Amino acid sequence: MAILEVENLGKSFGHLEVLKDISFSLDQGKVLSVIGSSGSGKTTLLRCITSLERADKGVIRVNGETVFDASSPKKESAAEERRKQLAVGLVFQNFNLFPQYTAIRNVTLAAELALRDKPDYKQNKKKYLAETREKGMELLKKVGLAEKADSYPWQLSGGQQQRVSIARALCMNPSILFFDEPTSALDPELTGEILKVIRQLTLVHMTMVIVTHEMSFARDVSDEILFMNQGVIEERGAPEQIFSAPKSVRLREFINKFND
Amino acid sequence: MTFWQITLFLLDGFKISVLIFFVTLIVGLPLGLPIAMCSMSKFKPLKAAAKVFVWVIRGVPLMLQIFIIYYVPGLVFHYQLFGQVDKYLLLNYGIEDAGRILAVLIAFAINYACYFSEIYRGGIESISVGQYEAGKVLGMMKSQVFFRVVLLQVVKRIVPPMSNEIITLIKDTALANCIMVAEVIKQANTLAATKALIWPLFYTGVFYLIFVGVLSILFNRVEKKLDFFRG
Repeated sequence: MAILEVENLGKSFGHLEVLKDISFSLDQGKVLSVIGSSGSGKTTLLRCITSLERADKGVIRVNGETVFDASSPKKESAAEERRKQLAVGLVFQNFNLFPQYTAIRNVTLAAELALRDKPDYKQNKKKYLAETREKGMELLKKVGLAEKADSYPWQLSGGQQQRVSIARALCMNPSILFFDEPTSALDPELTGEILKVIRQLTLVHMTMVIVTHEMSFARDVSDEILFMNQGVIEERGAPEQIFSAPKSVRLREFINKFND
Repeated sequence: MTFWQITLFLLDGFKISVLIFFVTLIVGLPLGLPIAMCSMSKFKPLKAAAKVFVWVIRGVPLMLQIFIIYYVPGLVFHYQLFGQVDKYLLLNYGIEDAGRILAVLIAFAINYACYFSEIYRGGIESISVGQYEAGKVLGMMKSQVFFRVVLLQVVKRIVPPMSNEIITLIKDTALANCIMVAEVIKQANTLAATKALIWPLFYTGVFYLIFVGVLSILFNRVEKKLDFFRG
């Protein structure tokens, strides 16, 4: 079943049309990698789906629920917007951890604040906060950073910071986790630890969309590859087909550049 | 006059300096916030108005602003507001200089609020968009993002420029002199004029130095307190 459906998505910045009529869907538990040269629109696509950018045209559905519809005139309440926002998680290229909080607080802060919406929050505050902390610790353990729970971001390496930010995104239980070039800000020797975490997540069938320049990793971990060029999906297919038998000329050129 | 008597006499003046200092902070620090908000507003006319206001206030000497505040009610409305306040409080309560001090306080509060607003604005604008975006994708409310994520980072960044500005403030209080408010330098001048003593004028520097010393220690502590994170 399709967990993510994108229909006729379009986005322009001024006169520049960055996304032109993008449509695709993604099934539950699948991993989709989005590749393409810089300026091809892949990051904008990600930002539109995660509501950081407002698309001009199109519809986005997550879990069958419409989270975005450019033609719908009504403005949603802030609470409703936040609820829909949580269907998707996002890991940023440059982590964007909160510098004044420890690793564990980074992971749990948003979840703690969300607890306040519960009607019985006041009575069971202690219990809820303890549960959230436990969940946060569990996630830090998963990304291999349990012993760094009380470290501040500046005390962590880039790779460790990125792993904390993955745990932070997971703490909100997103249906789909998006990665925006998660290793681009890292030294080459640190990218391995991030890729390992992502690979782990495939084992528990986390639905993921990864914008990346790590071709061998994309090939290795993805169920499907989406190649973007000048705001359109130029080619889409299984990794073997995309990398071994590319159909479009553009894609062939793109892959050759990486093989050189 | 003994050294001790002169010290007390100058201290009387320094009390006024310190009063101007604290009232300016108490009024100016919060007043700077709405000015900063306006100068960052997406509503163009409001933004332009705030920018022009800050430009004028920062572009004109504070001494001149004190003169304007003090004299304009009399010149324009033919009512010497601050003179009347002076007279009223002196006759009824025996408080000296109250109207003049009030004029100085108004000028200082507005002037410093503008400087503070620029520091606030710089601090808020220096926070990376990524912090807001991270909060948003995690489902936080806008107010939560501001108070839980952004605010402390802003505070950390504005402590150094703020301490600078606040240290300047205590020295600027000497400008109250220009409309004959009896702050510490005016007191020393009085001694020079009536007792032919020039050294108390130099001695006033000690009062400022001690005050600034204490302030520096305080700001250092705040900076140390915020040293636990970077960013």
